[in-house]
Amino acid sequence: MQWETVIGLEVHAQLSTESKIFSGASTAFGAAPNAEACAVDLALPGVLPVLNRGAVERAIRFGLAVGAKINSPSIFARKNYFYPDLPKGYQISQYELPVVEGGHIQLQIVQDGKEQEKTVRLVRAHLEEDAGKSLHEDFHGMSGIDLNRAGTPLLEIVSEPDMRSSAEAVAYAKTLHTLVRWIGICDGNMQEGSFRCDANVSVRLRGSDKLGTRCEIKNLNSFRFLEKAIDYEARRQIEILEDGGTIQQQTRLFDPEKGETRAMRSKEDAQDYRYFPDPDLLPLEISGNWIEEVKKGLPELPQQMRTRLEHDYGLSMYDALLLTGDRDISEYYEAVVGKLPSDPKLCANWVMGEVSAYLNNEGKPFDVCPLSPAQLAQLLLRIKDGTISGKIAKDVFRQMWAQAGAASISWKNREGVDEALGDRIIDSQGLRQISDSSALENLVYEVLAANPKSVEEFKAGKEKAFNALVGQVMKAARGKANPAQVNEILRKKLTE
Amino acid sequence: MLNASLKQLSAMLAARKISSVELTSEFLKRSRALNPEYNAFITLDERTSLAQAQAADILIASGRGQPLTGIPIAQKDIFCTKGWLTTCGSKMLSNFISPYDAHVIGRFNAVAAVNIGKTNMDEFAMGSSNETSFYGPVKNPWDTAAVPGGSSGGSACAVAARMAPAATGTDTGGSIRQPAALCGISGLKPTYGLVSRYGMIAFASSLDQGGPMAKSAEDLALMLNVMAGFDARDSTSLERQPEDYTRDLEKPLDGLCIGLPKEYFVKEIDEDVARAVEAAIGQYRKLGAETVEVSLPNTKLSVPVYYVLAPAEASSNLSRFDGVRYGYRAPDYVDLNDMYRKTRAQGFGSEVKRRILIGTYVLSHGYYDAYYIQAQKLRRLMAQDFAEAFKQCDVIMGPTSPTVAFDLGERSSAPVQMYLSDAYTIAVNLAGLPAMSIPVGFGHKNRPVGLHIIGNYFAEAQMLNVAHQYQLESDWHTRMPKE
Repeated sequence: MQWETVIGLEVHAQLSTESKIFSGASTAFGAAPNAEACAVDLALPGVLPVLNRGAVERAIRFGLAVGAKINSPSIFARKNYFYPDLPKGYQISQYELPVVEGGHIQLQIVQDGKEQEKTVRLVRAHLEEDAGKSLHEDFHGMSGIDLNRAGTPLLEIVSEPDMRSSAEAVAYAKTLHTLVRWIGICDGNMQEGSFRCDANVSVRLRGSDKLGTRCEIKNLNSFRFLEKAIDYEARRQIEILEDGGTIQQQTRLFDPEKGETRAMRSKEDAQDYRYFPDPDLLPLEISGNWIEEVKKGLPELPQQMRTRLEHDYGLSMYDALLLTGDRDISEYYEAVVGKLPSDPKLCANWVMGEVSAYLNNEGKPFDVCPLSPAQLAQLLLRIKDGTISGKIAKDVFRQMWAQAGAASISWKNREGVDEALGDRIIDSQGLRQISDSSALENLVYEVLAANPKSVEEFKAGKEKAFNALVGQVMKAARGKANPAQVNEILRKKLTE
Repeated sequence: MLNASLKQLSAMLAARKISSVELTSEFLKRSRALNPEYNAFITLDERTSLAQAQAADILIASGRGQPLTGIPIAQKDIFCTKGWLTTCGSKMLSNFISPYDAHVIGRFNAVAAVNIGKTNMDEFAMGSSNETSFYGPVKNPWDTAAVPGGSSGGSACAVAARMAPAATGTDTGGSIRQPAALCGISGLKPTYGLVSRYGMIAFASSLDQGGPMAKSAEDLALMLNVMAGFDARDSTSLERQPEDYTRDLEKPLDGLCIGLPKEYFVKEIDEDVARAVEAAIGQYRKLGAETVEVSLPNTKLSVPVYYVLAPAEASSNLSRFDGVRYGYRAPDYVDLNDMYRKTRAQGFGSEVKRRILIGTYVLSHGYYDAYYIQAQKLRRLMAQDFAEAFKQCDVIMGPTSPTVAFDLGERSSAPVQMYLSDAYTIAVNLAGLPAMSIPVGFGHKNRPVGLHIIGNYFAEAQMLNVAHQYQLESDWHTRMPKE
């Protein structure tokens, strides 16, 4: 039988506001337990929530970026349940009228060398507060409660069940991850829990248009876990169905150690959350003016930029995807192209190649790249104008990197700094490529005179001997000869 | 001095005829003496009160005193008060020392008024007789066999018995006005959103509103001048220009149009109450007002609507009292759920539990539409009733309570009877309107009767004018119960 996996994702993106969604406490990660829990976060008697404008602004930004409807009014509702890390005994969330409704995400999937596109529709995105943390270790049979995270703003982004494989689900999650960082609403740090996925997985016979019973897998905090959890869960469900069983609607937890999902609770013991509009918060009205203002502040979106890079710069979808994987990279790349508009492909190769590799090696983002786009572009220009070869350029790059030293501020704030760094290295070490044909001709004469054996072999028809001679010329030139020119002169002299 | 108005006390303080320390000591002495019998205060803290009085005296001496500087004010124990036990009348908070000040407390501190103590109240403001308090019932100073009304019964008693010149209260369904009526004092529930709810322990958030309780309308105006005002910490607080609520007190009432809802003057009111209220309305006619019959057809639904919405909100608001972070926690339990169960079973009284159960029920899956949504719709209809009525009149009058104070224990086992005590006051909260009660005489067993004055949104100054003009012509508000 042919089974099809159907996946929908719920992503909790922590919004990058300085303070919490309903209080003035800081959202900074890693403070001492409860150091960032104010009276409101502790739910002391009498305290009241006040909505953080920045959180709403970020939700609007997201809604606009995915072509969704921004609801006005939208309503905050209380989701009631008891848990020690939920101080009020209810979570303030949105239920009936979320701030963002609809929209879609465009995916580019490159798999096994094949490029395909797909659209995933969104159901909604709503604002809510995070809970605190229960710590069950280190308290001798008791539990510790840390409320630093309580009240952190979240945007819960709910997709339609539009994905058909773990690869598509991962591609969706990655695209969303790129987007939320791109538009500056979430730092995307998955280790710190800033971007968490829950996956709804069901299977059905291919060709069926009815959805199977789904299971929800909670708290998948890496793309790898997401993929493994979905694959495991789909296999589990298919095995049950093939054995003639039925799927129980459940919430399941992924165990990364064992690579399997296990039941947490079933539908029967699902809680009644008694949602109702929070009387402490008025309906949220978002004016058209505000939406316009936010729209104006939106950067070019990754999707639009990808299309532009493919069409205007002639890059492959793969290159375009890599260069738009992060706004940091794309900004750097655009700045390099800005200085060297004649060869976007060369720029792409270097940004994705050397620059990326060096930064990766040091674990640094593009923003604090020691070499500015101008410095890189200057070096690439020297390849273009034949001053140095690509090979020499890599050596110059290494020295430039070492001389520039570690940067602590963004390259954007280092404009105009030492743009001639590459040229200085080239000149001081005499790396300038010898393109002067008379000089090259002299070199060739010398090499031919010194290698009569190779000359004979070439004349006897051995093409390999030609390469050996080129190598000798390059060696004599200490690598600085223009290889194309050397080729040309050598062939001319040998066939004269 | 016990019967002096706030204005008089303020003048005496400003003229240095008396110091705040002397004034505060006087009222503290009286409160200490009477409290064992009346049980109006949960907490009296002489040292803190006198320290505040001393600070006020310094301020007055430096010429920076304001109208309420140095005047002792009793604070309902629903307002979080930094460093003070703040119990909300519940065992659940019987150990809770608040680490912060409610907005209202902050306002009184800002003008250096003196906190003379925290007043007794129905547990979490749920009650109309003050019998649900963990700290025991408050007595009505006019007749200690009678209830003082609730939930701000301690504040009403403290003002009526002259244990404090004025007090704060909160009103969710009548909790300022009904005890004011039953204790023969004046009380005002402002327009919803006028007084910040920050730090006022929530019962039903969309209905709760703090307000002043005092001997006279003039005193209420001075109190409201301090209490009202925008607070960014309460999202339902209204951003408006500050007003001086005393500004219209002296306006004559010529041409005032008083609406008398035909649904208010029916056989359910006790005859003694009706007589006193009608006499007061007669007095208003003499003062130049005219009356017109209006109709509030949905008002009869206010009690059932209220007892869906208020418990729904309360069931959620009271979830934070779980024994985890502060307040009472059961001493013995086996696991988390057992801790929750026992803490809440032991920490809450039966009326609070009743309302949590009702509220949980009406919000449950399958019942929400039938109860909560329906009640919200009716709530809007009730507000429309008032809007219609105010097209015909300036203020609406009627009895605050259908009866004078009932006996302690009389209704404590008959919750529906108890709920009907607030039949006249509840619709006002559902509509978010301002309203007040002023004393207009005595009824059965010489227990006080209150006149209910309902104003349009933000008509506090007008209502106070209407009340003040009556009080210029009557002396009910100056009468003191015998000790």
